[in-house]
Amino acid sequence: MARYFTEEHEWIDVEGDTATVGITDYAQEQLGDIVFVELPAVGSTVEKGKDAAVVESVKAASDVYAPISGEVLEANGALEEDPALVNSSAEEEGWFFKLTIADKSQLEGLMDEAAYKSFVDGL
Amino acid sequence: MSDDQDSAEPQTLPLDAWHRAQGARMVPFAGYWMPIQYEGIVAEHEWTRTHAGLFDVSHMGQLLVSGEGAAEALEALLPGDILSLKPGRIRYSMLLDENGGVLDDLMVTNVTPEAGMPTYYVVVNGAAKWDDIAHLREHLPDEITLTHLEDQALLAVQGPEAAAALRRVFRDAIGDLKFMQGTSFRFGEIEIGIGRSGYTGEDGFELSIPAEHAETIAGRLCAEIEIKPIGLGARDSLRLEAGLPLYGHDLSPETDPVSAGLGFAIGKRRRAEGGFPGAERILSLIDSGTETRRVGLTLEGRLPAREGALVYLGDEEVGRVTSGGFAPTLGHPIAMAYVASGHAAEGTELEIEVRSKRLPARVAPMPFVPHRYYRGN
Repeated sequence: MARYFTEEHEWIDVEGDTATVGITDYAQEQLGDIVFVELPAVGSTVEKGKDAAVVESVKAASDVYAPISGEVLEANGALEEDPALVNSSAEEEGWFFKLTIADKSQLEGLMDEAAYKSFVDGL
Repeated sequence: MSDDQDSAEPQTLPLDAWHRAQGARMVPFAGYWMPIQYEGIVAEHEWTRTHAGLFDVSHMGQLLVSGEGAAEALEALLPGDILSLKPGRIRYSMLLDENGGVLDDLMVTNVTPEAGMPTYYVVVNGAAKWDDIAHLREHLPDEITLTHLEDQALLAVQGPEAAAALRRVFRDAIGDLKFMQGTSFRFGEIEIGIGRSGYTGEDGFELSIPAEHAETIAGRLCAEIEIKPIGLGARDSLRLEAGLPLYGHDLSPETDPVSAGLGFAIGKRRRAEGGFPGAERILSLIDSGTETRRVGLTLEGRLPAREGALVYLGDEEVGRVTSGGFAPTLGHPIAMAYVASGHAAEGTELEIEVRSKRLPARVAPMPFVPHRYYRGN
C-alpha cells in the first residue's frame, strides 16, 4: 500500500484499484477543533481538485478537495458521531472516504511522505 | 483545504513576542498579528467559562475625548445618555451616521478627575478605529480634544474566577467595582485603568496598561492558577453564546440600533429629545417597529450555519445569518440572524440553508448562555 499527499494537505492510501482519502495531521492542527465533517454520498463521483468534503471547525468551514477522480465507495460513518476523530487520529481512524481510482496517472503528481514532510517544513 | 487570509501587511502589537512564546498561532486580524488560539478554541472557551482567560485586545482603539462640553459633543454623535454618566461609570453606545446606520459600537467611561476637565475614555473596535478617529476628528467641535492612546495595551480578564485572581494580584485596587464601573490605580509604578466589563458574558475586567509594561502584567496575571491566555477564536465563540453582536458582521451602516435589538442603548432622555445622528428615523422605528430584527437561532445536529446563510420559512426567504458557529458550552450550533419581524418571535421554527441543505432552526432568546455579570449583592 502506498500513501501519497497533496499540497492541499490531503493524504491518499492506494490499494489496488481503490483508495482511501483523509486530511493530514498538519491540516487538522491548522483547522483546530472539528465539529462536523460533510462527506460525499456513496455512489457519487468526485473530480480531482474539486470539492469533495467540507470540514467545519469551531472557527470556519474549509473545503477538502478530491486528490484524484473516482466514484465514492464508502464514507467514514464514525465521523458523524465523533467528528473530533479527525483531530485525534487524522491519518488513521479519521479517514474521510474510499473511492475507485478512475485514472492511475493522476497519482503521478502527488508527493510521498518525505516530500510532503519537507513541503510542510517549508510552510 | 482552503483558508482565507488577509493580504494587507499586518502590524505587531505590544504582546506579539509574548504570545508566540506562549505557543499562540498568530493570524492577521484587523491589520495586526493576533493570537487566534493557543491550545485549542474549545479548551480555551471552556477554560474561560469555568476559570478565567486573558485576552489581548490591544488592537482596539483607545481614545480620550476631553474638554468643556465633551459629553454634549459625544451626544451629538451617539444615542447614549452621556450627560447622566457619572465619573467611574461605563456605558455601551454606538457611533451613528446621519441615517442612523451603525458606524461602530463602543464603550464610554467617564474618567473625569475630581473637579477636573470632563474626560471620556472610549474603546472602539480595532477594524473600525481609523474610520472612527477620522469621523470624530471631523465632527467633534474644535474645543474638544481627541487623543488616540496608541501606546496603551488593552487586556481583558474574563471568567468566574477573574475577580478572585485579580484581587490576589492587585490587592484592594479593584475595591467594590461592579459591572460597568471603572477606576484607575497604580501597580508599583504602572498606572492601570480598569473597567468591570467584557465581551464574553462572564464577570470580568478590562485593563488599560502602558504598552511597555504589557508583558510584565500579562505574565504576572498568567502566573495565577486561574488565568490562561485565550485567543480570538474563543473570544468569538464566547461572545456569540453571550448574544453580543460583532461589528462588521452583526452590525454595520446598513443596520440601525433598533433592528439590532440595541434599543436599550438609546437613553430615555435621548428618545424624548433626539439630537443624535439619524434620530428622526430611529425614533420612528422605535414607534412603528422595524422590518427585520436581530434574533438568536438554535440549530439541531452539529452542522453550523455561518455568516451569509439564508433563512427560510417554507419557500419564503425571511432572513440572513450574520454570525454563526458551534457553541462549545451548549454542544450544538447557534447563530445570529436578521429575520423579518413577523417571523422573529421566540420559538418560531425556521430553516437555514447551508450548501443546499435545509437545517431546522428555532428562534431562541439571547443570550444563549446566561450572563454572569457582577452587579453587587
